[in-house]
Amino acid sequence: MLAIFKREIGSYFNSAIGYAYLAVFYFFSGLYLFLTSLAYNSSNLSGVFGSLITISMFLVPILTMKLMSEERKQKTDQALLTSPIKLSSIVIGKFLAGLFIYVLGILITVVYAITLSFYAPMEWTVIIGNVLGIILLGGALISIGIFVSSTTESQVISAIVSFAIMMFLFFSDGFFQNIANPTIKEFFVQMSFFTRFQDFTIGIIDISNIIFFISFIVVFNFLTVRTLEKRRWR
Amino acid sequence: MIEVKNLCKNYGKKKALSNLTFSVKKGEILGFLGPNGAGKSTTMNILTGYISTTGGSVEIDGFDILNNPIEAKKKMGYLPEHPPLYLDMTVAKYLSFMFDLKKVSLKKEEKKQAHIKNICSLLKLDDVYKRIIKNLSKGYKQRVGLAQALLGHPEVLILDEPTVGLDPKQIIEIRNLIKGFGENHTVILSSHILSEVQAICDRVIVLNKGILVADDTAFNLSNVEACVKYTAKIQGDEAEVLEKCKQLDSVKDIFSLGEKEKGVYDFIVEGEVGESKDIRKSIFDLAVENNWILLGIHTNEMSLEEAFLNLTKDIKESDITKKDFSQVLSDQETPNAEELEQVQKKDLIINSIEEEKDVSDI
Repeated sequence: MLAIFKREIGSYFNSAIGYAYLAVFYFFSGLYLFLTSLAYNSSNLSGVFGSLITISMFLVPILTMKLMSEERKQKTDQALLTSPIKLSSIVIGKFLAGLFIYVLGILITVVYAITLSFYAPMEWTVIIGNVLGIILLGGALISIGIFVSSTTESQVISAIVSFAIMMFLFFSDGFFQNIANPTIKEFFVQMSFFTRFQDFTIGIIDISNIIFFISFIVVFNFLTVRTLEKRRWR
Repeated sequence: MIEVKNLCKNYGKKKALSNLTFSVKKGEILGFLGPNGAGKSTTMNILTGYISTTGGSVEIDGFDILNNPIEAKKKMGYLPEHPPLYLDMTVAKYLSFMFDLKKVSLKKEEKKQAHIKNICSLLKLDDVYKRIIKNLSKGYKQRVGLAQALLGHPEVLILDEPTVGLDPKQIIEIRNLIKGFGENHTVILSSHILSEVQAICDRVIVLNKGILVADDTAFNLSNVEACVKYTAKIQGDEAEVLEKCKQLDSVKDIFSLGEKEKGVYDFIVEGEVGESKDIRKSIFDLAVENNWILLGIHTNEMSLEEAFLNLTKDIKESDITKKDFSQVLSDQETPNAEELEQVQKKDLIINSIEEEKDVSDI
């Protein structure tokens, strides 16, 4: 697992993907910091966090698109699958590598908060809630992205399909607003990443929301393992 | 060391392997031979646990590849058809990654870096050690692939066409290396170069359309053919030589390989084994009689090709018989198939002659 994690991190920074991802992430978070906080002389970072989930939705598919599909295309999966390691270690190694780069991006908000704290009192519970929420949300998105990537050899298809699924999950409450059946409507409202994330942004750390995101991570990583295992099914 | 029992693999409705059974002893070098699509790579992928079987079992040193994959895989080094290289890494980093991935455990006195360095110098990779794999030539990439298979002194080496893309000098080096490994490791290799299999392997398995058609030593296989062949270099008229030679009783078949030097033609002459009359003598006499100049005559060492073609041909015919007996019996079909066979045979012989020449140039 550690070997795969290290290789993937190296691969992000050997190619331009790691740098491009972080640069774009830092640029937009900085822009939103200026537009929503600094411009109004406010220390309230909720605008920055609110925008970060949209940025994540756009950027995470780029982070995850090659994690599995590239292995299949370059036939390097033969090396992984014929090595004496468990399939789950391969998937977890790759998941953690993606999450590491993602967290590296998110941590910039902590730098903003610390900088602002020199000039104005900060609501640290809100900051912690936001950072925790956005990391959990990112984890769920990354596990979805890796799963999609494991089902195709094409990076482009991987990115587009992941993006579609993520967008659906984000706005599923909005998409199904007009459904008459209250049970179905409620289901989609509860499934919406946006609704789930709302509580974190105001500093409420609800255990059900944490479990919601963690279940997503577990389920999709499990599905990825099963996709890899498919080759060994009789 | 390796036990394969009743191995079957279907891709949808297509049968890639059917009822393959063989075993390989420790210290044996086994060669897989077969035309394209015969199931060589499929078998290797199953042996290494990359894909599953439809039926049957594979045991590596007593460990079942499906029920006990981790233990079984620890014993193997695998070079697939396309070397599994991460193009964005340097050779050093890649080998170090593969070392960690394979969870290699070395003896106390051996260090990881020294081990990797040793393998690199064995395969002459020292010059490219710090270079990115993407920028290497095909031959170097193949050698990096081979290096990763050798990491950690695996007990079983499985090599899918190991000498593809190498220059003739390297081919000989790698062949010797594999032969050396075979002394205390078990090696399975596939190749489409028959002389290579003949040179390296103790035993040869011939596959055709997923069916095992022969399992014997290279020597025994090449002696199946009941005829002798010579290449004769004759200065004279091509058509005349062909015509007059065909009239000789001892000559079973003759065909020309074309004009190799000005006015000099190479002919392949076939005679039956155990014939009391030596066809070399008859050809010499004939040449004297007709004022041709016989510039050379030598035995063809290509009998494994012949055996191979015969073995794969048998299956083809019996397959057709099963499917559509009447079609084979019809007069139109059979000669065409035979003609095709003749052309194939000729091509193969010409290829291997050229190959022999390449090797002798070195």
